[in-house]
Amino acid sequence: MPDDNLYRPYDAEVALGGCSCGQHASQHEHDAAAAARRQQRARAADTLSQDFVEAAAVRALFPHDATRRRFLAAVGKATAMAAIASVLPLPALQAMAQESGGALEKKHLNIGFIPINCATPLIMADPLGLYREQGLEVTLQKTAGWALVRDRVLNGELDASHFLSPMPLAISMGLGSAPQPMRVATIQNVNGQAITLALKHRNNRDPRNWKGFKFAIPFEFSMHNFLLRYYLAEHGLDPDRDVQLRVTPPPEMIANLRAGNIDGFLGPDPFNQRAVYDEIGFIHILSKDIWDGHPCCAFGLSAEFIRANPNTYAALYRAVLKAAAMASDPANRPMIAKAIAPQNYLNQPEVVIRQALTGRYADGLGNVCDVPDRADFAPLPWYSMAVWMLTQMQRWGYVKGELDYRGLAEQVFLLTDARRLMQELGEPLPPQAQIGYRKIRVMGREFDPAQPQAYVDGFAIRRS
Amino acid sequence: MQAPPRIQAALLSLLLFGVLLGIWQLATRPVADTAARPLSAAEAEYAELMGQTAATGEAEKSNGFPTPWQFAATVAGQLADPFYDRGPNDKGIGIQLAHSLGRVAVGYLLALAVAVPLGFVVGMSPLLQRALDPFIQVLKPISPLAWMPIALYTIRDSTISGVFVIFICSAWPMLLNTAFGVATVRREWLNVARTLELGRLRTAFTVILPAAAPTILTGMRISMGIAWLVIVAAEMLVGGTGIGYFVWNEWNNLKLSNVLFAVLLIGLVGMALDLLLAGLQRRVSYGD
Repeated sequence: MPDDNLYRPYDAEVALGGCSCGQHASQHEHDAAAAARRQQRARAADTLSQDFVEAAAVRALFPHDATRRRFLAAVGKATAMAAIASVLPLPALQAMAQESGGALEKKHLNIGFIPINCATPLIMADPLGLYREQGLEVTLQKTAGWALVRDRVLNGELDASHFLSPMPLAISMGLGSAPQPMRVATIQNVNGQAITLALKHRNNRDPRNWKGFKFAIPFEFSMHNFLLRYYLAEHGLDPDRDVQLRVTPPPEMIANLRAGNIDGFLGPDPFNQRAVYDEIGFIHILSKDIWDGHPCCAFGLSAEFIRANPNTYAALYRAVLKAAAMASDPANRPMIAKAIAPQNYLNQPEVVIRQALTGRYADGLGNVCDVPDRADFAPLPWYSMAVWMLTQMQRWGYVKGELDYRGLAEQVFLLTDARRLMQELGEPLPPQAQIGYRKIRVMGREFDPAQPQAYVDGFAIRRS
Repeated sequence: MQAPPRIQAALLSLLLFGVLLGIWQLATRPVADTAARPLSAAEAEYAELMGQTAATGEAEKSNGFPTPWQFAATVAGQLADPFYDRGPNDKGIGIQLAHSLGRVAVGYLLALAVAVPLGFVVGMSPLLQRALDPFIQVLKPISPLAWMPIALYTIRDSTISGVFVIFICSAWPMLLNTAFGVATVRREWLNVARTLELGRLRTAFTVILPAAAPTILTGMRISMGIAWLVIVAAEMLVGGTGIGYFVWNEWNNLKLSNVLFAVLLIGLVGMALDLLLAGLQRRVSYGD
């Protein structure tokens, strides 16, 4: 077995969970040092997948990193590799890995996704073998729209799904559907959206002049809707009276932009970049310019499924968390773009997906921009994010009357589970994650999650 | 000397086809490149990100309307391997068609099993005919797309919902035509049957059914056309598999040559289904 494993599972000096070589204070420093070597190796999806599974397998053998290090130090790397090789093939290891938890209640799962970049972690867990590593047989089902995702999760056809992060809150409250307790296990991605305008508006970049514009948004209960409304209102436009917001599936956003039916959209990537690529639009601003670090999509499932299948739920959770950690490493992004481009997943040109993921992109006006944090993947479902979404639902009249912001946020967003499982996987946690609330800055205005009502009342343009 | 009319028509069809191809070719002819000049490094990167260089390795930019030649290449590519299966969201065109035809068959046969007997009963009883007429008239013009959300919500299964929508949309023409055919059987024939003291059941099967068969078959033919129209719309909505899903998936990628290919295929299959029923219709028709 060659010892060029990306994660160096046979190296006694390595902290297999955190920084992968142990020589750097943080993962960031490590990344910079190892970027060149990793990039070369990561370019081939196969090797990355093998490395990942192998590292995970070794980790499964030694749940406690200290034990693994002592073992490697005691017998030497070569002996250890030979010993472990005699235990491989992987299925045996996977079985061992499963024994650490209880037996899986359900092995064959249907997971829904919408073909956009936001779905990266839950898609990538499939080719990387992260579901299989947990003993799960997952069928990823491409779904035609958000309303259908909602309906198919509600009727149990999908066991878990890619959601827009406000959707589980809305479904739990019974907004736009029969009420059913729905949960957010992880946030799929942060940032990674944009406001795209038709090329004819290239000299009309001031939102104050946008009265009468028609914008497309993917769904009512979406961060896209809330962020666009927020952005317009901060510039003095009433999103319900001064402009028209149309719910439109993303591919049709491109077609409508081409036909001149809409002036722009706040939509998910890769469709912003697709508008640029098709030479019909330009990227006005990235969504990170409105709220840097905003959540977008979520990985969710019903409370009923979690209750009935606790072990399956934990296994699924681990797979998605690992995929998110992999996706958040910028060195892996070009490989991800290659892996999710085919028809089975996103069905988009690789060059378009890559630009949206790496942040080195053409803006449609002749410039090449370099924004490394255009898209990122951070799985922690902060309560404060949920509270912010609820304030916006209240602000725009989707919910009327008093709201138990914190109660609802802490019920729907499963931060405790995310924290526990991330700790088990040895993934780093920011200190505030213990409370789950942190202040948020949206277009310069501070949001204090302890004062949601005051925040809503502080807006000049609102429905309630 | 005049050629026979059949050959004349065929020639005219061919001529029309040629003209259409010519218009297509002219309309999609590539715009001549502006004079090639050396690009700066930044400009070159921008062009690459916009997919404007051949060096990106992608087959070609897939947006825009394809030329006839590109379309032919797409057709050849799709037909070369129609039954591949690369995961749940990427299957060959043959498999997609089979899924659609399967759904149409189930929905259509269910509709047939319900609508024809019901139409028979309605046609034999003027009272029922009048009583049911308002319901039929209201339900008949409802679009399949309008049924879909209701079906999804109540049936709670997207595959069965698709079949249900085909059922509900293709039942009405069969029901109405059967009822009409049965109600308009010539009185003389019924009188003859009565003179010969035939039982009600025997009259229905030996006199009314053969007499109404051509009208019933017309209804079946209309329904088949509707079922095939509906399946594409339904599959675009629910996704998963089928020719409608294929169109939706390629539309997602804005790959018009694949969409056009699917449209052509939908037309051809629809025509084949229609011809099949037309053949059946000829077998049951009679001259007075």
